[in-house]
Amino acid sequence: MPGRTHMSIKEIKLMANTIRQDVIRMLLEAKSGHSAGSIGLADIFAALYFHVMYHDPKNPNWEGRDRLVLSNGHVCPVLYATLANAGYFQKEELFTLRKLGSRLQGHPHRGSLPGIENTSGSLGQGLSIAAGMALVGKRENKRWRVYCITSDGEHDEGQIWEAVMFAAKYKLGNLTAIMDRNNIQIDGFTEDVMPLEPLAEKYRSFGWHVVEIDGHNVREIIDACERSRAVFNKPTMIIANTIPGKGIPYMEFLNEWHGKTPTKEQAEEAIKLLEEERKEIEEER
Amino acid sequence: MERAASRDGFGKGLVELGERNPDVWVLTADVSESARTHWFQEKFPKRFVQVGIAEQNMAGVAAGIASCGKTVFISSYGVFNPGRNFDQVRVSICYNNVNVILHGSHTGLTVGPDGATHQALEDIAITRVLPNMTVVVPADFEEARKATIALGERGGPAYIRTCREKFPVFTKPETQFEIGKANVYREGKDVAIFAIGPMVYESLRAAEMLSKEGIDCAVIDCHTVKPIDKKAVVEWARKCGLIVTVEEHQVNGGMGSAVCEVLSEEYPCRVLRHGMYDKFGESGSAEELLRKYGLDADGIAKKVREGMKMKR
Repeated sequence: MPGRTHMSIKEIKLMANTIRQDVIRMLLEAKSGHSAGSIGLADIFAALYFHVMYHDPKNPNWEGRDRLVLSNGHVCPVLYATLANAGYFQKEELFTLRKLGSRLQGHPHRGSLPGIENTSGSLGQGLSIAAGMALVGKRENKRWRVYCITSDGEHDEGQIWEAVMFAAKYKLGNLTAIMDRNNIQIDGFTEDVMPLEPLAEKYRSFGWHVVEIDGHNVREIIDACERSRAVFNKPTMIIANTIPGKGIPYMEFLNEWHGKTPTKEQAEEAIKLLEEERKEIEEER
Repeated sequence: MERAASRDGFGKGLVELGERNPDVWVLTADVSESARTHWFQEKFPKRFVQVGIAEQNMAGVAAGIASCGKTVFISSYGVFNPGRNFDQVRVSICYNNVNVILHGSHTGLTVGPDGATHQALEDIAITRVLPNMTVVVPADFEEARKATIALGERGGPAYIRTCREKFPVFTKPETQFEIGKANVYREGKDVAIFAIGPMVYESLRAAEMLSKEGIDCAVIDCHTVKPIDKKAVVEWARKCGLIVTVEEHQVNGGMGSAVCEVLSEEYPCRVLRHGMYDKFGESGSAEELLRKYGLDADGIAKKVREGMKMKR
């Protein structure tokens, strides 16, 4: 029966830990890809796919599903790992990432892999796609919602702000966007490359409902998503403050980890640290 | 002969399509009246979307709507759509492989007084290189109406190119139109003119003039630039041994280039490409501009005579 996977907070945290470990192993095997952002989004993806969203891994094109549009496609390892853990495809396939003939392209390609709603990789395009889906949902009184994952860095792109105006104009209350506010982009900190703040004020003045959360606090992620369901006639932007590379100290906060992958030793260290974190989560009440 | 603009044919075709298919949606970027999507808007407001002057967002929104099972037309001037939004068309529409059809209105020199910024002369080149894309350039009002319906029924990704100016409507409602199949409007044995858009009628006029000089021209409406009708291109190269291509577009990368690509690989034959020679346009009336840049019947005839000299 399609619907929600109502995992508990603790189960979601464990799932996020599993996803992080999978991402590390995938990137080690692929030898190229984007580490920090993928690791930093694990809690959000776990909360969405194992609590918030209505979907059916056995029937990926179920008409009534909530849609997840990934705009910053380079963090696709976290999406692939989440989809595999949810049962969209076998986990072994994760290790074909970026290899010739793989369904797991370096940036996601709709049609290659079940569960991929949009092709992305060129930044700034996903919010428009999500808004288009939400407009259909709204005009045709569908019950499904659209979730869009967007990065802070891609807010440099003008198209994002075109989509922001559009979603407000059409009162897309069925659209929830989540911004991965991790403060890094390829050339450095976002506020040095092209200052984005005040982001919350900008979104509010454009007519959006805005919530700022700790993007690693599963309870806050779920609450913010639930509250967005109750906001009528306004799209929601959840600004999720995250730590790039969260849980792997040598990776945290460093923009050099945006586009590089761990060595064998670094990966082993990361897995060891994540296993320790796992034990801590398991010991929680 | 009755005169009408191909943009009007597009607008009428959209309404017919909308009546037949409840899943057809139309988006505009602040040019609904001039690109003739306002007729669809009046009849089907719930399937019409105004995105403002934001062609990049329009392409993305369309991709989202299409992925919910709709046939989506996005319409603006050719210089903006697919000019301004090329990367969105490439990734969100073509690689994403969604059912979106781009409409470039106001293309070619015949946009007229608005000048070079608004005269799309590169749009065919940038669309025909995209995988999954189909490119259609209707010859007149009637063909534009049919092409719009045919593309809507077949689905995107696709690009349809129309003109602002009124031109003679020389095809009939019963004239056959099939995507990918060139229409032969005049048979001839000396030279085959492959033309698109309003250049088809001008080429027919040129052929009349040339027949009085003893030059027997075939005129072929190569409305589908991609996938081009290879069979027709090779067949006419064989029959005439000389091809002249005519388009309101840069000679580099347009329909003429597509014809050369086919022939260089399959049946080497001399081709003279006629169009804009690596230049921007300028302000003026459509008629004045076509005369100045040699894209009226006289200019086309001159090009054909050049070709005939080389042939002998």
